[in-house]
Amino acid sequence: MPEVLLQRAFEVRGGDFDKAGETSSEIKALLKEVGIDPTLIRRAGVVTFEAEMNVVMYAESATVVFTLSDEDISIEVFDRGPGIADVDLAMQEGYSTATDEMRQMGFGFGMGLPNIKKNSDIFKLESEVGKGTRLYSAIRLDGAS
Amino acid sequence: MKLKDIATLLEADVLAGADLLDIDIGTAVASDGMSEILAAPHPGALMITGLINIQSIRTAEMADLPAVLYVRGKRPNDRCVELAAAKRIAVLATRLGMFDVCGLLRERGVRGGM
Repeated sequence: MPEVLLQRAFEVRGGDFDKAGETSSEIKALLKEVGIDPTLIRRAGVVTFEAEMNVVMYAESATVVFTLSDEDISIEVFDRGPGIADVDLAMQEGYSTATDEMRQMGFGFGMGLPNIKKNSDIFKLESEVGKGTRLYSAIRLDGAS
Repeated sequence: MKLKDIATLLEADVLAGADLLDIDIGTAVASDGMSEILAAPHPGALMITGLINIQSIRTAEMADLPAVLYVRGKRPNDRCVELAAAKRIAVLATRLGMFDVCGLLRERGVRGGM
């Protein structure tokens, strides 16, 4: 069993565009503090930031659980919101249900979930319509992908 | 190319990071779509964008980009500039459009990073 070295939970509020990115920033700082490789920190930052933007754009709220073990960095996002009706479709690059307003924020071009997957060694996305979505991403510390 | 030479070339105002202008910029990424920049992070690159909200600075932070250049005369608000300063990200703003900015930098040897 991997040994957990560091674990934190963060709350992210839907619609709060101003604060989006604060959780990612904190996670990045935590990883820097313990001397994790910058490439892995960047990957974790991209995963968390894209996930945060998804929460801000689509969900009511979410809990982000960040865990650093002696094997990997994992980011779990449990959101409360409308869920995703077709997860396979949502994973397709370029597919998006974003509004013009979201696009004006620089997001919502159907790249967020593919970006998260690309930066993860393990990626899981489960959703229940009307309830919410659970995203799990793990980045191995040995750099294997 | 040094960031200060880029500022001079593009007649850009330096809004944050006046002490960071000696950074060497060899690569640039240009987009108004933040996921596009996050899709292919090039640490150390200059980010060129017309998107002036706080997410532009957060994107630069996540992608390890040391400087953001806003085009088309757009100016970020104070909160954005303060966040950039806190994160040690230089912020420049020029009246030129994105196409001209990219062309001028490319002519002087800055490479695309996407």
